[in-house]
Amino acid sequence: MGVDIAFWILAIVGVAAALTVVLLRNVFHAALALILCLVTVAGLYITLSADFLAGVQILVYVGGVSILLILAIMLTREVQHGSLSNKFRVPAFLVAAIFLGVMIYSMVATPWQISTASPAAPTTAVLASNLLGEGGFILAVEVAAALLLAAILGAIVLVREK
Amino acid sequence: MTTGLEHYLVLAAVLFSIGLYGALAKRNAVVVMMCIEIMLNAVNIALVGFSRFVTPTMLTGQIFAIFIMVVAAAEAAVGLAIIITIYRNRESVETTDINLMKE
Repeated sequence: MGVDIAFWILAIVGVAAALTVVLLRNVFHAALALILCLVTVAGLYITLSADFLAGVQILVYVGGVSILLILAIMLTREVQHGSLSNKFRVPAFLVAAIFLGVMIYSMVATPWQISTASPAAPTTAVLASNLLGEGGFILAVEVAAALLLAAILGAIVLVREK
Repeated sequence: MTTGLEHYLVLAAVLFSIGLYGALAKRNAVVVMMCIEIMLNAVNIALVGFSRFVTPTMLTGQIFAIFIMVVAAAEAAVGLAIIITIYRNRESVETTDINLMKE
């Protein structure tokens, strides 16, 4: 019961924050609304009993990506120009609305195989054995590490003064 | 009515559509990046929802969500570096002004 109430509150606040990101003219206020949306997504992970992912969401998105975004807004001085729409506003709205309708129809019409087993808690041990254990995703973890290193080096090379 | 898999999937679809509209219709490149982050988060909600309701003990969906977060962080770092470089060269981050390849 408590989880249901939490889901509805988080869903309404999250969708409202996402709409604010899209509709606000002020870029800095849009970034603050995006941070609120990311926090509500972390709350949704908790209602899905994904405790480790909720922590990672707060650390990576709320702590890292949002700071990068605000830094980019400050460096590019776009606050006074504002976030305007381009000439594709109506076609983009139509595409998004049609996509939403098709997705909701297919999701509601599909008979999902719901499992009644209780979820693993805490999830860290299962996640660790899946990521690092035998028969897990260890190759993907190594590739992700190489990708992050390449991304850091690429970002440094791009923004370095000539 | 208790919340089930469909609730989370519909919420993910709504968030994804909002992000899709913003990514297609916005002129400021930083706002386009923010909308892409919303879309990635919507996909993560759907994956974690599947992981909770379809395979609650294996958590494969959460593993995928972690990898999406890794890629999203790398994308944000490189994308914002590209935006800052473009701003330095052309004094603008409007996507309608970045038409060097068209001229």
